[in-house]
Formats: sequence, C-alpha cells, structure tokens
Amino acid sequence: MSSTETSPSHASAIAQRHEALRAQHAALFVPVYESHWRAIIGFILAMGLLFYGLLNLDVTFARLYGGLGELGSMVMRMLPPDPDRFNVYLYAMLETLGIALLGTLSAAIVAFPLGFLAARNTTLNRLVQFMSRRSFDTLRGVDILIWALIWINVVGLGPFAGVLALFMSDLGIFGKLFSEAIEAADNKPVEGVLSTGGSSTASVRFGVLPQLMPVMLSQVLYAFESNTRSASIIGIVGAGGIGLILSEQIRTLELQQMSFVILMILVTVSLIDYLCSKLRFAIIGKSAL
Amino acid sequence: MNSLELHTAAYAQATALKRRQLVLGLLVLLVCVLLSGHITEISFSKFFNNIGAFTSYIGRIVHLENGQSVLSNPAEWFWGWKKWLALMGETLLMAYVGTLLGAAAALALCFLASKNVTANTTVVFITRRFLEFSRTVPEMVFALIFVVAFSLGPLPGILALAIHSTGALGKLFAEVVENIDMKPVDGVVSTGGSWLHKVRFAVLPQVASNFASYALLRFEINVRGAAVLGFVGAGGIGQTLLEVIRKFYYADISALLVMIIATVMLIDAVTERVRHKLLGQERSS
Repeated sequence: MSSTETSPSHASAIAQRHEALRAQHAALFVPVYESHWRAIIGFILAMGLLFYGLLNLDVTFARLYGGLGELGSMVMRMLPPDPDRFNVYLYAMLETLGIALLGTLSAAIVAFPLGFLAARNTTLNRLVQFMSRRSFDTLRGVDILIWALIWINVVGLGPFAGVLALFMSDLGIFGKLFSEAIEAADNKPVEGVLSTGGSSTASVRFGVLPQLMPVMLSQVLYAFESNTRSASIIGIVGAGGIGLILSEQIRTLELQQMSFVILMILVTVSLIDYLCSKLRFAIIGKSAL
Repeated sequence: MNSLELHTAAYAQATALKRRQLVLGLLVLLVCVLLSGHITEISFSKFFNNIGAFTSYIGRIVHLENGQSVLSNPAEWFWGWKKWLALMGETLLMAYVGTLLGAAAALALCFLASKNVTANTTVVFITRRFLEFSRTVPEMVFALIFVVAFSLGPLPGILALAIHSTGALGKLFAEVVENIDMKPVDGVVSTGGSWLHKVRFAVLPQVASNFASYALLRFEINVRGAAVLGFVGAGGIGQTLLEVIRKFYYADISALLVMIIATVMLIDAVTERVRHKLLGQERSS
C-alpha cells in the first residue's frame, strides 16, 4: 500500500476525486459562518444576555468565591447529621405527608365533576367551558406558597392552611388534565353500550369510566409525588409540615440537625416516588406506561 | 343451568377478586385520610366559620384604599409599576441565567449518565446519583442554604435554580441520549473518532432539538420558581410580594399577582410556540 501513496499519478487521482466529491456536495463545503449564521448569532445573543444578567444581578467573582468558601465550611459543619429530637421530625414529616395526601385527594374529587364542564365534548355551553378553563389557569398561575400565605389569613398558621393551598393549586392542574383526558376519550365504547340496550348511566359506567380512570389515577399519583416535595417546603411561610423546622434550623444555624432533616426529606420523597410507581403499575398495568 | 346463568356466574367470579382488592384499597386510603385529617388539624367548623374571611379577602384585594374597584382606576392600582416591572425583569433574568447555567451543566453531565455513550459503569452510577440528589432537594431548600452562604440577593436564587435545573434536565437529557439511533455512533467510532468526536458528530445532532425543547420547558418552570424565591430573600419579585401580603396592602397584592400571572402566561405561550417549532423541525428532517 505504501508504494501507491507515493505514486504521483495516484496522488493526483485522489486529488481529482476530492475535487469531484467537493463539487458534487457543494452544499456541505461552505464555511460554518455561512451555513450556521442563525445559530451563531443566536448563541452570541444568548451569551450577551447571560453576561448582562450576571452583571445586572451582581454576580461577581469575589462574591462567588467567598460564598463557595462559606458553603464549604457550612457543609463541613453539617456533618455528621444529628437525629436529635427525632420524634418531632418524624411527626412533622407525617404532617407533610398528610398535607400532600389531603390536598391532592380533595382537589381530585372536586376537579372530577368540574373537568366535565371544562371539556369541549361534555360542557354545557362554550361560555361555561371558556370560563372554567380560565379559572383553572388562574388557580395554577398562583404559586402554592402564595396560596398558603392567603389561606393563613383565613384559617390561621398551621397545616390546615397548607392543605387548602395545595388544594387550590391542584384544582387548577387537575381541572386542566382531567378535561383533556375527557376530550381524548373515545366515543365508540359508549355507542357500543347504548346499541346493546344499555342505559345512559351504564354507558358512562362501562363506556367512559374505564377509559378515564387509569389516566386520571396516574395523574393523581404523579401530583401526589410532586406535592410531597411542595408540602415539605410550604412550612417556610408557616403552613405546617417539615419546612417550618427546616427554616428554623437554618435561621439558628443548627446545621447538623438540618442536614438530618434534609436527609429525611430525601428518603421520604424517594420512598413516595417508589410507592407511587408501584401503585401505577398495579392499577394501570405495564402497557399503559 | 342455562348459558346465561353460566356467564353470570363466571363474571361474578372474575370480578369478585378485583372488587375485594378495590374495597381493601379504599379502606387503606380511608384510614390514611382519617389519620392525615387528624395530624393536619383539619377542622370543618374553622373552615366554614372563616370561609367568609376568604371571600372578603378576595374582595378586599380587588378594591383600592378608597373603596373603589381596582378596575376603576388602573393608574392608582399599578401605582408602583416602574419598580415592579424592574423586579419582574430581575425575576425573568434570574430564571434565564439559572436555566442556562443548569442546562449547560446538564449538557456536560448527561453524556456521562448515559449507558450507551459512557462505558464506565462507575462514572454513570456516580453521575446519576448526583443528578438525583440535585433534583430531589427542593430548590427552596437550596435557596435557604445559599442565602446564608452567599448573603441575600439574586445570586443564591440563581444558584438554587441552576442546581435544581441541572438535576431535572440532566435526567431528561440522559433519557433522550439513551434512546438515540446508535448507527451514527458506530460510524464515528469505526473511523477512529474519539469520545468527543462521538458526542459532537454522532449524538449531539440527534438530540439538540429535544434538549432545547426541554430547556425551554424548564425556563417556564423556573420563571414560576424565581417569582417566589424572594420569600426566603433570594431575589426577584417574591420579596416585595411577601411584604405587601404581610402588611395587608390589598390592592398591591392583586396588582403584583396579575403581573406575575400575566408574565407566566406570556412566557408559557411563547415557549410553547417555539417548542412546537423545534420538535416539528426534527420530525420533518
């Protein structure tokens, strides 16, 4: 092979072939600034905005460096985690789970009938559909922590306000998801039930519900997972759960106890995720995932 | 026994087990609900006695101090719009910087978390656990800690958003990478390409549009997150919102909420359009 490489006629043949290929695929042999100019300009703009943001938000190298040092020493002071007052933490964690469960469940129960109002195919009239959709959007647009602050004014500090806050925000989520599931339901099973002489109740029970239940249950389980996370921070504004303990510990710099509480949240959240995925499998079967 | 009776008996038998499981499940749920109700101090009497307070609260936030509806005098309602708009801008900027930094870190880590691109199982395992940790700790908790370490202001908020986004996006990115077509990868490897060549020329072209779409979705989520990070002193409009709620400046509460909701809806609409375009591009090519 080495002799062919040195052969001048072969070298020129290769050069010719290169030229031919280049001519054949002219579109691939343009400079990168010609073919990708949009991406390059986009990248420059994105970077420009990033640096503007870093300057504007006072993110300086000195602050980052000093903060990282402080963070490092905080992490060292967090170790080892200290399970002091374990019973108090456990009760707060149960409270968190209770808030998540009740908030999710009550929202799902209330959203079920409302979902039919907001679905195109089952609503009363277009105005009702439009208004319920916009109401759900508004409920979702307000963050859980803001709902918590509002409910604290009504029922006072404590986990009950947390339940109501989760309820409000989940009502918006479920209303939207349920109405979409209802819109996606197939009408053929309903016609089948009616054609065999079934009543309209039977058509809902055997034609519609079997289509909706698995979808809705899996959405409820997903929401419960995410609500466990939300319920664990909602205490920061005073609405019950482990967040209250966490924010107190950080304020008093009880770092070892705090790292234990964070570990507890991590373990609980992972456990709930695991249980929910098991339940999803059991309820709707592997195929539906 | 005629055939209908046989069918009925068989149906009853088939559903009996399912029904028993359902009843058992509902019982367990009921016990959990009752326990939760006790622990979380649910009180219907408190709720119904004070529900008037909720409606009057909603009523008060849509009325100005002189008792007129907020809509009668929008200029009075949004009296602080210059200040609030600047804060909203700061919130958006925080979400942008946090998402971008998080996405960059996720981009760097996702290839290390994908089994089909990284052969070293230890590296994959460690990267995945790191991503899991960063997305399981709520960003509010990161913000609480960072506020102590980096002092008050947008910086701890940005870092909290960035870390949480790294975890959430890293997982999604890695899932995309694990589902790619391996033929281009084999092609690059067979011509002697390095790991970097493999990622740049075989993997990245397949996943770029999906990555961008997920990053935009995360930006949307981070805008909502950034709006409340101020509750713990981590910058943005949240600090002002907390202040007006605590001090009962009712009309200001509704003005700020309207501003936040409108911004979030606007961002949702824009990113959704861009995402459809991105994913449509991929399908047509």
